[in-house]
Amino acid sequence: MANLKQLSKIPERLTGGHRLCAGCGASIALRQVLLGAGESPVVIGCATGCLEVATTIYPYSAWNIPYIHNAFENVAATMSGVETTYRALKKKGKIKEDIKFLAVGGDGGTYDIGLQSLSGMLERGHRIVYVCYDNEAYMNTGIQRSSATPHGASTTTAPAGKVKTGKAEFRKDLTAICAAHHIPYAAQATISNWNDLVTKAQKAFAAEGPAFLNILAPCPRGWRYPQETAIDISKSAIDTGFWPLYEIENGVLNITYKPKERKPITEWLKSQGRYKHLFKPENKSLIDTIQNNVDKMWEKLESGHLI
Amino acid sequence: MSKLIPLTGDQAVAEAMRQINPDVVPAYPITPQTEIVMAFSQFVADGLVDTEMITVESEHSAMSACVGASAAGARAMTATSANGLALMWEIVYIAASTRLPIVMPVVNRALSGPINIHCDHSDTMGTRDSGWLQMYCENAQEVYESTIIAMRIAEHPEILLPIMVCQDGFITSHAVEGVKLFDDKIVKDFIGEYKPTFPLLNVKKPVTYGPLDLQDYYFEHKRQQSDAIEKSKKIIPQIAKEFKNISGKDYGFIEEYKTEDAEIAIVALSSTCGTAKVAVDRLRERGVKAGLLKIRFFRPFSAEEIAASLSKLKAVAILDRSESFSNHGGPVFAEVRSALYELQSRPLVTNYIYGLGGRDMDISQIDLIYQDLAKAVEENKVKNLINYLGVRD
Repeated sequence: MANLKQLSKIPERLTGGHRLCAGCGASIALRQVLLGAGESPVVIGCATGCLEVATTIYPYSAWNIPYIHNAFENVAATMSGVETTYRALKKKGKIKEDIKFLAVGGDGGTYDIGLQSLSGMLERGHRIVYVCYDNEAYMNTGIQRSSATPHGASTTTAPAGKVKTGKAEFRKDLTAICAAHHIPYAAQATISNWNDLVTKAQKAFAAEGPAFLNILAPCPRGWRYPQETAIDISKSAIDTGFWPLYEIENGVLNITYKPKERKPITEWLKSQGRYKHLFKPENKSLIDTIQNNVDKMWEKLESGHLI
Repeated sequence: MSKLIPLTGDQAVAEAMRQINPDVVPAYPITPQTEIVMAFSQFVADGLVDTEMITVESEHSAMSACVGASAAGARAMTATSANGLALMWEIVYIAASTRLPIVMPVVNRALSGPINIHCDHSDTMGTRDSGWLQMYCENAQEVYESTIIAMRIAEHPEILLPIMVCQDGFITSHAVEGVKLFDDKIVKDFIGEYKPTFPLLNVKKPVTYGPLDLQDYYFEHKRQQSDAIEKSKKIIPQIAKEFKNISGKDYGFIEEYKTEDAEIAIVALSSTCGTAKVAVDRLRERGVKAGLLKIRFFRPFSAEEIAASLSKLKAVAILDRSESFSNHGGPVFAEVRSALYELQSRPLVTNYIYGLGGRDMDISQIDLIYQDLAKAVEENKVKNLINYLGVRD
């Protein structure tokens, strides 16, 4: 459990003045993750994406910790090089401090183009916390469909139209894929439940090996919601069961937030413009399919299974 | 020099890497580079180096991890060939623009497709505009020595650029030659200890690597890369001079072989130069004034030196082991020919594209080129500007 009073004393590593949108979940997610590192020195690597372009426009940087951006698909490999150098130089006595390593990518950079590099990092056992700020599409390039985009959501490359109803497929279960690498810690979190998120970040940083955090991070531009409702939207994702909060700690699945009664999925869908077309009478069956999918996912989770 | 031992070009690289003892080596296997990674892995397994290896899942990740390691403050090396280099491509440019002194031995292999595992220079010639320095080696001995020299060049504070050390796939990488190795201590002293300027791992002085660089700065940063390449032209001879003190050998941008009084000459890279030297010797025995200009550094490109060397000649054949598809000559031809433009009196020039996909280049073929050159001098014109040597029509 994180203590708010203690957390308030931890210095900010991602400072104000960056150029992320108002109502963006990514910076909130990252600030909470960094709180989880406590006072330890952290070196961060960032994949190409919103967080990267908005925080480091030369000659400015919003980061007051060491930061590296290399390319889109390779933050896990880049940080593998950084973390290995740390071990090599520590062995030789050239580095004294205990340093934590954080790799960050959006869902495009993690679920899609960066999946191979992430898998390599997890399999090789680098002591790095990998955070995916999952806003469910390629937001930096203008809201294109990714393998994290939910079924039925309208994006600019899978738009709703006269004959199509947005994304036809369901999302890839990346958290389960990461857990299948048998890493010590993997979890799903979101920004509305800050205590849950910070606690998971603390566990991830403490893990004796790679850790993976999949954080649902609302995007006002892509999801089409009023910017002041980002936290409410995030809360709706967990109360409807759309985004379950759980962790897999040394192979043991633990659901960390169980709504007493899951709210209907329509509450989640209604809050965002990207699902607007689903409420046309002819698309009712789509909403039923989405509800059914959520119910099945919970059935599995509650019986102790990820897939 | 301590001992002469039988080594392949790949093993010679591995021995140089053992003596350099880099902090981090991310690597991925590809024919014909694989033996470098295998031999070096054994050195790690036997405790002969204290390098941390990262056995990455692709060449893209190999170069990505090199960028991370080098930025973090490590002396980082990797090695590759052909498609592996092509997969790295994006990060090859990033390594150079981030000014990271990574040393990468490249075993030249034809780039797919069609898929082929044998030698040509299409892989590294494609990266000639990436901002890396490039050395091309004639034999295993040069591969060994160049790998050591390359480390000094890359890490020089006024250069700070990555460098490829190229050798011909199979021809050099898999043929056993006698190679003289230095004592380990001589190499250690020559390369010295690496002191990174702004290591990412200095948490007391946080730095941002890889920021978004838009219209107002990008151009200046690219210009700084050109300046660093230009500076390397002044610094490399100083490093080469130091190397001569321990080896007695010259490592200039170019090597002139019997060109002083020559009338005709070939310009070539890598192992073909060894074959051409034999051809020149035989022609000389018959009184033909033949010579050879070996280009050792293609980056930096020593245009002035090349032009000065070729200015005395009557006719020159420029050899390319890769195709540029300009249908106006290969990359070496384009650059060398351009370097001659300012000369008051230029030799006749002609281009030979040869040896693609490992097609053998022997002395008899080189003889044919010299015969063509002799004829060109006689007629004061070349028959064909672009020639394809040793290919069926």
